[in-house]
Amino acid sequence: MDIKVNVREAPGHAYVVDLSGEIDVYTSPKVKDAITELIDQGHYNLVINLGKVRYIDSTGLGVLIGGLKRVREHGGSVNLVCTNPQIKKIFDITGLVKIFGIYDDEESAMKALV
Amino acid sequence: MNALEMREGTAGVVELRIPRRAEWVAVARLAVAAVANRLNFSIEEIEDVKLAVAEACTNCILQRNVADQIEIVCETKDDGITVRVRSFAGPAATIEAPAELESEQQQIGALGIFLIRSLMDNVNYEHGKGRGTDLVMTKKVTN
Repeated sequence: MDIKVNVREAPGHAYVVDLSGEIDVYTSPKVKDAITELIDQGHYNLVINLGKVRYIDSTGLGVLIGGLKRVREHGGSVNLVCTNPQIKKIFDITGLVKIFGIYDDEESAMKALV
Repeated sequence: MNALEMREGTAGVVELRIPRRAEWVAVARLAVAAVANRLNFSIEEIEDVKLAVAEACTNCILQRNVADQIEIVCETKDDGITVRVRSFAGPAATIEAPAELESEQQQIGALGIFLIRSLMDNVNYEHGKGRGTDLVMTKKVTN
Protein backbone atom coordinates (compact mmCIF):
# COMPACT_ATOMS: atom_id res chain seq x y z
CA MET A 1 0.00 0.00 0.00
CA ASP A 2 1.36 3.37 -0.86
CA ILE A 3 0.45 6.93 -1.61
CA LYS A 4 1.62 8.99 -4.53
CA VAL A 5 1.91 12.72 -4.02
CA ASN A 6 2.28 15.21 -6.85
CA VAL A 7 2.42 18.95 -6.27
CA ARG A 8 1.86 21.42 -9.10
CA GLU A 9 1.31 25.12 -9.45
CA ALA A 10 -2.03 26.29 -10.76
CA PRO A 11 -3.10 29.70 -12.10
CA GLY A 12 -3.85 32.35 -9.49
CA HIS A 13 -1.06 31.59 -6.99
CA ALA A 14 -2.73 28.36 -5.99
CA TYR A 15 -1.20 24.92 -5.71
CA VAL A 16 -2.74 21.55 -6.37
CA VAL A 17 -1.74 18.47 -4.43
CA ASP A 18 -2.69 15.33 -6.34
CA LEU A 19 -2.96 12.28 -4.14
CA SER A 20 -3.28 8.74 -5.38
CA GLY A 21 -3.56 5.58 -3.31
CA GLU A 22 -4.40 5.00 0.34
CA ILE A 23 -3.92 7.46 3.19
CA ASP A 24 -3.47 5.75 6.51
CA VAL A 25 -1.25 5.84 9.58
CA TYR A 26 1.69 4.61 7.51
CA THR A 27 1.34 6.84 4.45
CA SER A 28 -0.11 10.03 5.95
CA PRO A 29 3.31 11.44 7.02
CA LYS A 30 4.22 11.66 3.32
CA VAL A 31 1.09 13.71 2.65
CA LYS A 32 1.75 15.85 5.70
CA ASP A 33 5.29 16.56 4.54
CA ALA A 34 4.09 17.73 1.11
CA ILE A 35 1.43 20.04 2.55
CA THR A 36 3.75 21.37 5.25
CA GLU A 37 6.44 22.13 2.69
CA LEU A 38 3.99 24.12 0.56
CA ILE A 39 2.78 26.14 3.53
CA ASP A 40 6.33 26.73 4.74
CA GLN A 41 7.07 28.16 1.29
CA GLY A 42 4.21 30.64 1.73
CA HIS A 43 1.55 28.96 -0.38
CA TYR A 44 -1.76 29.29 1.45
CA ASN A 45 -4.34 28.50 -1.23
CA LEU A 46 -4.42 24.80 -1.85
CA VAL A 47 -6.55 22.32 -3.70
CA ILE A 48 -6.05 18.78 -2.54
CA ASN A 49 -7.24 16.35 -5.15
CA LEU A 50 -8.47 13.12 -3.57
CA GLY A 51 -9.89 11.89 -6.87
CA LYS A 52 -7.59 8.88 -6.98
CA VAL A 53 -7.59 8.17 -3.26
CA ARG A 54 -9.18 4.83 -2.52
CA TYR A 55 -9.05 5.02 1.27
CA ILE A 56 -8.55 7.56 4.03
CA ASP A 57 -8.58 7.15 7.79
CA SER A 58 -8.45 9.48 10.81
CA THR A 59 -4.72 10.12 10.43
CA GLY A 60 -5.32 11.31 6.87
CA LEU A 61 -8.18 13.50 8.03
CA GLY A 62 -5.88 14.83 10.74
CA VAL A 63 -3.31 15.85 8.14
CA LEU A 64 -5.95 17.71 6.10
CA ILE A 65 -7.33 19.44 9.21
CA GLY A 66 -3.82 20.43 10.27
CA GLY A 67 -3.13 21.90 6.84
CA LEU A 68 -6.41 23.82 6.86
CA LYS A 69 -5.69 25.29 10.29
CA ARG A 70 -2.28 26.51 9.18
CA VAL A 71 -3.41 28.13 5.92
CA ARG A 72 -6.33 29.83 7.65
CA GLU A 73 -3.86 31.53 10.00
CA HIS A 74 -2.59 33.25 6.86
CA GLY A 75 -5.98 33.95 5.32
CA GLY A 76 -5.78 31.01 2.93
CA SER A 77 -7.97 28.00 2.35
CA VAL A 78 -7.93 24.35 1.40
CA ASN A 79 -10.50 22.93 -0.98
CA LEU A 80 -10.85 19.26 -1.66
CA VAL A 81 -11.74 17.34 -4.80
CA CYS A 82 -13.51 14.15 -3.88
CA THR A 83 -15.86 11.88 -5.78
CA ASN A 84 -15.42 8.59 -3.91
CA PRO A 85 -18.72 7.95 -2.05
CA GLN A 86 -17.03 6.07 0.79
CA ILE A 87 -14.60 8.92 1.41
CA LYS A 88 -17.38 11.49 1.15
CA LYS A 89 -19.24 9.47 3.75
CA ILE A 90 -16.28 9.78 6.16
CA PHE A 91 -16.31 13.57 5.71
CA ASP A 92 -20.07 13.55 6.35
CA ILE A 93 -19.85 11.42 9.49
CA THR A 94 -17.09 13.52 11.00
CA GLY A 95 -18.75 16.81 10.12
CA LEU A 96 -15.75 17.87 8.05
CA VAL A 97 -18.06 18.73 5.15
CA LYS A 98 -18.79 21.88 7.14
CA ILE A 99 -15.21 23.08 7.36
CA PHE A 100 -13.79 21.95 4.00
CA GLY A 101 -15.00 22.98 0.62
CA ILE A 102 -15.53 19.65 -1.13
CA TYR A 103 -16.00 19.62 -4.90
CA ASP A 104 -16.54 17.05 -7.61
CA ASP A 105 -13.86 18.45 -9.92
CA GLU A 106 -10.69 20.47 -9.77
CA GLU A 107 -12.06 23.40 -11.76
CA SER A 108 -14.84 24.00 -9.23
CA ALA A 109 -12.44 23.65 -6.33
CA MET A 110 -10.08 26.18 -7.89
CA LYS A 111 -12.84 28.70 -8.58
CA ALA A 112 -14.03 28.47 -4.99
CA LEU A 113 -10.66 29.33 -3.46
CA VAL A 114 -10.64 32.56 -1.47
CA MET B 1 -25.75 -24.21 -1.73
CA ASN B 2 -28.57 -24.70 0.79
CA ALA B 3 -29.17 -22.60 3.91
CA LEU B 4 -27.40 -25.01 6.26
CA GLU B 5 -24.28 -25.06 4.10
CA MET B 6 -24.31 -21.27 4.01
CA ARG B 7 -24.42 -21.10 7.80
CA GLU B 8 -21.56 -23.56 8.05
CA GLY B 9 -19.64 -21.52 5.56
CA THR B 10 -20.02 -18.17 7.29
CA ALA B 11 -19.62 -19.04 10.95
CA GLY B 12 -16.08 -19.16 12.17
CA VAL B 13 -13.19 -17.51 13.94
CA VAL B 14 -10.19 -15.97 12.23
CA GLU B 15 -7.20 -14.74 14.22
CA LEU B 16 -4.41 -12.50 13.04
CA ARG B 17 -1.46 -11.09 14.95
CA ILE B 18 0.63 -8.23 13.59
CA PRO B 19 3.53 -6.15 14.89
CA ARG B 20 2.31 -2.90 16.45
CA ARG B 21 3.71 -0.84 13.61
CA ALA B 22 2.05 1.44 11.07
CA GLU B 23 3.15 -0.52 8.00
CA TRP B 24 1.16 -3.58 9.14
CA VAL B 25 -2.24 -1.90 9.48
CA ALA B 26 -2.98 -2.34 5.77
CA VAL B 27 -2.53 -6.10 6.18
CA ALA B 28 -5.05 -6.15 9.02
CA ARG B 29 -7.70 -4.15 7.20
CA LEU B 30 -7.41 -6.17 4.01
CA ALA B 31 -7.57 -9.45 5.91
CA VAL B 32 -10.66 -8.37 7.83
CA ALA B 33 -12.28 -7.11 4.63
CA ALA B 34 -11.74 -10.55 3.13
CA VAL B 35 -13.35 -12.17 6.16
CA ALA B 36 -16.31 -9.75 6.09
CA ASN B 37 -16.73 -10.45 2.40
CA ARG B 38 -17.80 -14.00 3.28
CA LEU B 39 -20.95 -12.65 4.91
CA ASN B 40 -23.87 -10.97 3.21
CA PHE B 41 -22.53 -7.48 3.81
CA SER B 42 -22.87 -4.84 1.15
CA ILE B 43 -19.68 -3.35 -0.26
CA GLU B 44 -20.31 -0.23 1.81
CA GLU B 45 -20.68 -2.28 4.99
CA ILE B 46 -17.45 -4.13 4.25
CA GLU B 47 -15.72 -0.77 3.83
CA ASP B 48 -17.16 0.28 7.20
CA VAL B 49 -15.73 -2.81 8.92
CA LYS B 50 -12.42 -2.35 7.15
CA LEU B 51 -12.10 1.26 8.28
CA ALA B 52 -13.24 0.51 11.82
CA VAL B 53 -10.63 -2.24 12.21
CA ALA B 54 -7.92 -0.02 10.75
CA GLU B 55 -8.89 2.75 13.16
CA ALA B 56 -8.72 0.32 16.06
CA CYS B 57 -5.24 -0.80 14.98
CA THR B 58 -4.17 2.82 14.49
CA ASN B 59 -5.44 3.61 17.96
CA CYS B 60 -3.29 0.78 19.34
CA ILE B 61 -0.27 2.32 17.59
CA LEU B 62 -0.96 5.90 18.72
CA GLN B 63 -1.30 4.94 22.37
CA ARG B 64 1.88 5.18 24.42
CA ASN B 65 2.30 1.86 26.15
CA VAL B 66 4.54 -1.18 26.28
CA ALA B 67 2.53 -3.24 23.77
CA ASP B 68 4.43 -4.40 20.70
CA GLN B 69 1.80 -6.59 19.06
CA ILE B 70 -1.78 -6.28 17.89
CA GLU B 71 -4.15 -9.20 17.85
CA ILE B 72 -7.22 -9.13 15.62
CA VAL B 73 -9.85 -11.79 16.18
CA CYS B 74 -12.84 -11.95 13.85
CA GLU B 75 -15.85 -14.02 14.80
CA THR B 76 -18.33 -14.40 12.00
CA LYS B 77 -21.93 -15.51 12.31
CA ASP B 78 -24.85 -15.51 9.91
CA ASP B 79 -26.03 -12.14 11.11
CA GLY B 80 -22.76 -10.27 11.42
CA ILE B 81 -19.18 -10.02 12.52
CA THR B 82 -17.54 -9.30 15.86
CA VAL B 83 -13.95 -8.11 15.77
CA ARG B 84 -11.70 -7.79 18.78
CA VAL B 85 -8.59 -5.65 18.36
CA ARG B 86 -6.19 -5.86 21.26
CA SER B 87 -2.67 -4.62 21.75
CA PHE B 88 -0.38 -6.35 24.18
CA ALA B 89 3.24 -6.78 25.12
CA GLY B 90 4.80 -9.94 23.74
CA PRO B 91 7.87 -11.65 25.18
CA ALA B 92 10.23 -9.44 23.18
CA ALA B 93 8.57 -6.14 24.16
CA THR B 94 10.81 -3.38 25.44
CA ILE B 95 9.56 -2.21 28.80
CA GLU B 96 9.74 1.54 29.04
CA ALA B 97 7.87 4.27 30.86
CA PRO B 98 4.82 5.38 28.84
CA ALA B 99 4.86 9.00 27.71
CA GLU B 100 1.88 11.28 27.35
CA LEU B 101 0.26 11.52 23.95
CA GLU B 102 0.82 14.69 22.01
CA SER B 103 -2.24 16.86 21.48
CA GLU B 104 -2.44 16.14 17.74
CA GLN B 105 -2.28 12.39 18.34
CA GLN B 106 -5.01 12.68 20.98
CA GLN B 107 -7.25 14.45 18.46
CA ILE B 108 -6.62 11.79 15.81
CA GLY B 109 -7.26 9.06 18.37
CA ALA B 110 -10.54 10.66 19.38
CA LEU B 111 -11.55 11.01 15.73
CA GLY B 112 -10.73 7.35 15.16
CA ILE B 113 -12.85 6.16 18.07
CA PHE B 114 -15.67 8.43 16.92
CA LEU B 115 -15.50 6.86 13.45
CA ILE B 116 -15.55 3.35 14.89
CA ARG B 117 -18.61 4.16 16.98
CA SER B 118 -20.31 5.67 13.93
CA LEU B 119 -19.56 2.80 11.56
CA MET B 120 -20.15 -0.19 13.81
CA ASP B 121 -23.32 -1.25 15.63
CA ASN B 122 -21.81 -1.99 19.01
CA VAL B 123 -18.44 -0.96 20.43
CA ASN B 124 -16.74 -1.64 23.74
CA TYR B 125 -13.40 0.06 24.29
CA GLU B 126 -10.98 -0.13 27.17
CA HIS B 127 -7.49 1.15 27.62
CA GLY B 128 -5.34 1.72 30.63
CA LYS B 129 -2.41 4.04 30.95
CA GLY B 130 0.72 2.09 30.17
CA ARG B 131 -1.19 -1.07 29.30
CA GLY B 132 -2.51 -2.13 25.94
CA THR B 133 -5.88 -1.30 24.46
CA ASP B 134 -8.81 -3.63 23.96
CA LEU B 135 -11.68 -2.89 21.60
CA VAL B 136 -14.55 -5.18 20.67
CA MET B 137 -16.93 -4.15 17.92
CA THR B 138 -19.84 -5.74 16.12
CA LYS B 139 -21.46 -5.10 12.78
CA LYS B 140 -24.76 -6.69 11.86
CA VAL B 141 -25.76 -7.65 8.34
CA THR B 142 -28.66 -5.43 7.33
CA ASN B 143 -29.92 -7.08 4.15
